[in-house]
Amino acid sequence: MTTAPSTPVRRLNTSKAMAEAIAQEMRANPEVIYLGEDVGSYGGIFSSTVGLLDEFGPTRIIDTPISETAFIGLGIGAAVEGMRPIVELMFADFMGVCLDQIYNHMAKIHFESGGHVKVPMVLTTGVGGGYSDGAQHSQCLWGTFGHLPGMKVVVPSNPADAKGLMTAAIRDDGPVVYMYHKGVMGLAWMAKNQRSIGPVPEGEYLVPIGTAAVAHEGADVTVVTLGLSVHHALDVAEKLAGEGIGVEVIDLRSVVPLDRETIVASVAKTGRLVVVDEDYLSYGLSGEVIASVVEADPGLLTAAPRRLAMPDIPIPYAHVLEYAALPRPERIEALVREVLA
Amino acid sequence: MTDPSTEPARVPDAVRLDLYSTMVLARTYELAIQREYHADKGPGFDIGKGLVPGEMHLAAGQEPVAAGVCAHLMVDDAVTATHRPHHFAIAHGVDLNRMTAEIFGRETGLGRGRGGHMHLFDPSTHFSCSGIIAEGYPPALGQAYAFKTRGTGNVAVAVTGEGAANQGAFHESLNLAALWKLPVLFVVEDNAWGISVPRSASTAVSSNAVRAAAYGIPGVRVEDNDVDAVYAAAGEAIARARAGQGPTLLEVATLRMLGHFEGDAQGYRPELAEVASHDPIPAYARRLQDAGILDEDAIARIATSAAARVEAAITFAKESPLPDPADVLKYAFAEEA
Ligand SMILES: Cc1ncc(C[n+]2csc(CCOP(=O)(O)OP(=O)(O)O)c2C)c(N)n1
Repeated sequence: MTTAPSTPVRRLNTSKAMAEAIAQEMRANPEVIYLGEDVGSYGGIFSSTVGLLDEFGPTRIIDTPISETAFIGLGIGAAVEGMRPIVELMFADFMGVCLDQIYNHMAKIHFESGGHVKVPMVLTTGVGGGYSDGAQHSQCLWGTFGHLPGMKVVVPSNPADAKGLMTAAIRDDGPVVYMYHKGVMGLAWMAKNQRSIGPVPEGEYLVPIGTAAVAHEGADVTVVTLGLSVHHALDVAEKLAGEGIGVEVIDLRSVVPLDRETIVASVAKTGRLVVVDEDYLSYGLSGEVIASVVEADPGLLTAAPRRLAMPDIPIPYAHVLEYAALPRPERIEALVREVLA
Repeated sequence: MTDPSTEPARVPDAVRLDLYSTMVLARTYELAIQREYHADKGPGFDIGKGLVPGEMHLAAGQEPVAAGVCAHLMVDDAVTATHRPHHFAIAHGVDLNRMTAEIFGRETGLGRGRGGHMHLFDPSTHFSCSGIIAEGYPPALGQAYAFKTRGTGNVAVAVTGEGAANQGAFHESLNLAALWKLPVLFVVEDNAWGISVPRSASTAVSSNAVRAAAYGIPGVRVEDNDVDAVYAAAGEAIARARAGQGPTLLEVATLRMLGHFEGDAQGYRPELAEVASHDPIPAYARRLQDAGILDEDAIARIATSAAARVEAAITFAKESPLPDPADVLKYAFAEEA
């Protein structure tokens, strides 16, 4: 369900919408701080914090050393003491150097304390490829975060959701991993994407964590996806609508919790399911979505479910290879047609 | 901690000429890659476009570190470089054609176009690099361990930036190498910036060389991006390593002349206007001229020969075939012979 904006809207790109939510929450609550590499005068490598240093100063918008274990852990400790830190891991690909703090500490303290200790923290991180940044800087990895228990995982695909999910994440009393695909941020130096700029409500705006959106309605086939692939799926849905094919696009917005109800309701309507995931194919989100539908009611499907994901290879550098591996619009379209055939 | 830059280093004339030529080759390469990188990113700047897409980190200004260190290396010695790897690759003798082809994403490249500029692997020179900060340090330990076990007398050189010296892998590696007396030279290129963050805002000590004391190994800082001083300090450290006396930490105060990556406007950088005047290569040329080892003719000859090699490599890359998309699933696992 798309939450209808109730306040005035203007058009912003995704990174500005994200920074606006952070600024609003920082104004309202002095315990909200943002820390990470190059988040100060640089404004974040993916423009996640542009303008925030000017308004909030270096004690609340904090450049850290390149020491992810230490500064993510610091965020955890500050959150345990009741602050509301937002900590940026520049690229999700860097989780390897600091994963222990993330999955054994940030994500487990609440459980281990029997619910007595809260960790109200947001871990933001850039994900995704498509610009030849190679195998160590292009991964999505939301399946990994989603697999490890104890953290919510959100993935906005558009400016309004970026704002609404950030507000919700900051206010959440537990750890939320907020993963923004570089390709939806509306960055001046990446391929221009028409959907990375869109209407954003001006005032307080929340998108509840755990609710998927029906980004495009259709009666013939359900495409479940997230992040940049939503943009591709919408392009395909609009194209096929011209041929009288109804593609329903579900934008998950949240990997954990997963809105299984919305997925199942859509498949109940269309009978056909395609899952598109820029993360690795095996043991990941695409399998989870299909399992959720089959577990709910195997009779819903009138055709075998299909998935299009990053094949189980590291992401190649050369443009021709990367594009051969990524879930590009042409391949989404081909798979949708196959499922309908 | 010693400071070798207080006494002028004695470097043989022939070596100094080699150091100069190596620096010129590396610089010529960086500027040519810069040219090719920006040639077709427009209109505007789209990082994913062009013959060389993706992030590009150039090391112009840091050539003295690579030249001075690698002058002591044999082809069987290992180098693990950073996300800014070209100057070390060139100084260590990685094949220019195949490296360039990799940067252009070609099938003839070091990694058949799979790796890219931050992920260059050349087994013939034991060269590698990593896009993840400080993560080239640990593998260098293993290469050194193999050399030590086999008694080859080889060394491993591990490189990071001063920003990366705050990463856990850096400290763990120093400790382990010191403990096991591994033949490693740890090099820190202190260009004073970790992207937009100055060293003063990232590092609690003014010199990383003092950190060596925590692990009981020698720590040396070369203050002035001086290739002769780097050569002298690295020579001593590498000799120690070859003699089985264990690792050394060598930090060099160097200069990042360009942005962190190409496209970086460097608005955060107050000293930007002065950067060009600190270029170490013309300064070294003047010194060699004053010493009577280099004249205008030789400068021109070295420049021409570097340009010829670099342009030939770029031509090789451009004329090489792209990888076949049908092969996209290859190399995730060890291939059958
Ligand atoms: C673990 C990890 N964290 C962050 C980054 C992003 N990053 C790439 S280069 C860089 C700055 C490195 O600074 P320094 O080590 O001083 O090397 P320099 O770039 O100056 O050569 C950062 C933060 C990364 N690649 N890996």
